[in-house]
Amino acid sequence: MAMVAATTAAAAAKPFLSPVRSQSSYLPFLSLSYTLKSSSHCSTFPILRSSIRPQPNSKPFAISASSSTSTSITTFHGPCFVVGDNIDTDQIIPAEHLTLVPSKPDEYRKLGTLALIGLPSSLYPTPFVPPDSPSTHYPIIIAGANFGCGSSREHAPVALGAAGAHAVVAESYARIFFRNSVATGEIYPLETETVGLYRECTTGDVVTVDLAGSRLINHTTGKEYKLKPIGDAGPVIEAGGIFAYVRKTGMIASSPSSA
Amino acid sequence: MATIAMTLSRVHFGGKSELGVSSLFSPSTIAHRCRRQASNKIHAVMTPTQSQRPLSTTGSVKHGMTMTEKILSRASERSQLEPDENVWVNIDVLMTHDVCGPGTFGIFKKEFGENAKVWDREKIVIIPDHYIFTNDERANRNVDILRDFCMEQNIKYFYDIKDLGNFKANPDYKGVCHIALAQEGHCRPGEVLVGTDSHTCNAGAFGQFATGIGNTDAGFVLGTGKLLLKVPPTLRFILDGEMPDYLLAKDLILQIIGEISVSGATYKSMEFIGSTVESLSMEERMTLCNMVVEAGGKNGVVPADQTTFNYLKDKTSVDFEPVYSDGNARFLQDYKFDVSKLEPLVAKPHSPDNRALARECKDVKIDRVYIGSCTGGKTEDFLAAAKVFLASGKKVKVPTFLVPATQKVWMDVYSLPVPGSGGKTCSQIFEEAGCDTPASPNCGACLGGPRDTYARMNEPMVCVSTTNRNFPGRMGHKEGQIYLASPYTAAASAISGYVTDPREFLR
Repeated sequence: MAMVAATTAAAAAKPFLSPVRSQSSYLPFLSLSYTLKSSSHCSTFPILRSSIRPQPNSKPFAISASSSTSTSITTFHGPCFVVGDNIDTDQIIPAEHLTLVPSKPDEYRKLGTLALIGLPSSLYPTPFVPPDSPSTHYPIIIAGANFGCGSSREHAPVALGAAGAHAVVAESYARIFFRNSVATGEIYPLETETVGLYRECTTGDVVTVDLAGSRLINHTTGKEYKLKPIGDAGPVIEAGGIFAYVRKTGMIASSPSSA
Repeated sequence: MATIAMTLSRVHFGGKSELGVSSLFSPSTIAHRCRRQASNKIHAVMTPTQSQRPLSTTGSVKHGMTMTEKILSRASERSQLEPDENVWVNIDVLMTHDVCGPGTFGIFKKEFGENAKVWDREKIVIIPDHYIFTNDERANRNVDILRDFCMEQNIKYFYDIKDLGNFKANPDYKGVCHIALAQEGHCRPGEVLVGTDSHTCNAGAFGQFATGIGNTDAGFVLGTGKLLLKVPPTLRFILDGEMPDYLLAKDLILQIIGEISVSGATYKSMEFIGSTVESLSMEERMTLCNMVVEAGGKNGVVPADQTTFNYLKDKTSVDFEPVYSDGNARFLQDYKFDVSKLEPLVAKPHSPDNRALARECKDVKIDRVYIGSCTGGKTEDFLAAAKVFLASGKKVKVPTFLVPATQKVWMDVYSLPVPGSGGKTCSQIFEEAGCDTPASPNCGACLGGPRDTYARMNEPMVCVSTTNRNFPGRMGHKEGQIYLASPYTAAASAISGYVTDPREFLR
């Protein structure tokens, strides 16, 4: 039954997002509900994380439309972790750890502790997730071009999200990584308007990502950068991924049990 | 006919500085038109159930479409598509394996319910291949999860393995998914194949749309048989000229990736045409399409022709309808190469676009050679390596690991006579050359894998490999250095202990 309902709804629905359209040429379509956080609010902890991303062991699609619009996430704030160009999926989560199944809650958490563990320590002496820590101190990752290239493993955005990261700010993304980030709702894959931003930032700089204003503020250096609008992908990530989004918007039945 | 036409419009371009980028939206697809005349397998892509008469049928606003646009057009029941449109596509085949299958099933159950049934038990192909011959308990468990799901859902195509001690005791077991898909007849012209593996693009060699997706998208497909896809614009690669006998398709794709970079085809389709491509075998076409993802490509396609149809004979009973790019199809860019002027290449550490001539790297001392994977572990890849060993008559100077992609390839390595050898098999030639005994077929050390994976790089060594990626840590150790190369170059390097141009031995 669930299958039938979903099929029909999916077939009837007109395309509703552009998960693979990263070069956003549109304005974000959630333009009214933003509640911009003060940039002086300095917290090293992921902001409102629990309200947007359900823990894997909870019922994930319990978010109602009304509660989610009133808690729209508009800013992320905290220290950033800076990497270079072409960070591939083996550096984000090495293949030896792919035996971990992201849909199993304990293995999801374990993936988080291993995020970016494949980065060569000679180039990146500071680990993204400290040894023996369940999560990262860096809610925002700043990167160069072609972030997430390589494999189609969804473990990559999952590991970053499970570690507690909220957003990657990169010059560009590999297609499958971008799509997986949106489909899972694990992380906002944001793109910079300018090239070379990552060279002007240092791991540990305190930054704010302002989704509504499409900008990145580096409080440590005092510089501000324009980001490309996240566009139609934003509401999908905010909902918690593609399934949550299509349920929320009524495109498929509201829960598996009722279908 | 096609060859003559191509000669007329051909521009010769060789090395990097001579990269040919001809005009945007080039209308010259003479070769295609010729093939269309030659083949009567062409069918209209429009759906018969359109309520409104599509503009395209009037002929007045007919836009040409590329192969990829046509395949997606048919699969989305649309008469006309433009690049960048998002469309719901009906999926012909969904493939998953032991690394992403369990997570995909988890999402499917969570979203569609514990008792949900897959959309079509005959359109799902499940291939354990990544972490098979290991004592890693979680890896073994993941294969068990595949089996349980396939039993529960009565999945028709599940290539199971239970006896890890002797792969030959598992008649159903195949090995590396992309090669198994081809060998078992799951790759068919004009169809849409998605898989939870980035090298799913391999199947574009059959003139179909094939691309890698994540677990969540795959979970959606399991339940609905549909996927929202953005139509990619197409880059066209025109490869002309006679292929020198020291080059393989691996050299061609390394040339192309070196040219356009690891993100040069991001979000785009890569179509390969030209007299050289027409002359390539199916396995070589697979090598070409396999690595389009290394350029960021969404998919790669080679137009189906008699070579394709011959390969498919006896492999599938499913009807298929190939499609071809229209003469007036619009391509984002054309790249032309004169293959006769190319030389054997490698991709140096740590990026597949870090292209160099093999002979420029002759001073690079190596520690090992690896021949295997979906990219470089097919029957013809081993025949090519054997040819170099045979021609040299020498023994390898470094450990040389051989991992056939599938059980079928393994059988070929042990049974097919190598041309010019007086009837010797690849396995005999490898043994005489001092290579390691060909291992059990699987993805092996191409992507490192669990610590006990055969031939995994557990030390910071230098490896020449016929695989597809050389980012840090890809084959195991983060400080390991991987030179990607053709089977010719890999075998030549094994003999000398340095990165070596195969012409050293093939002349």
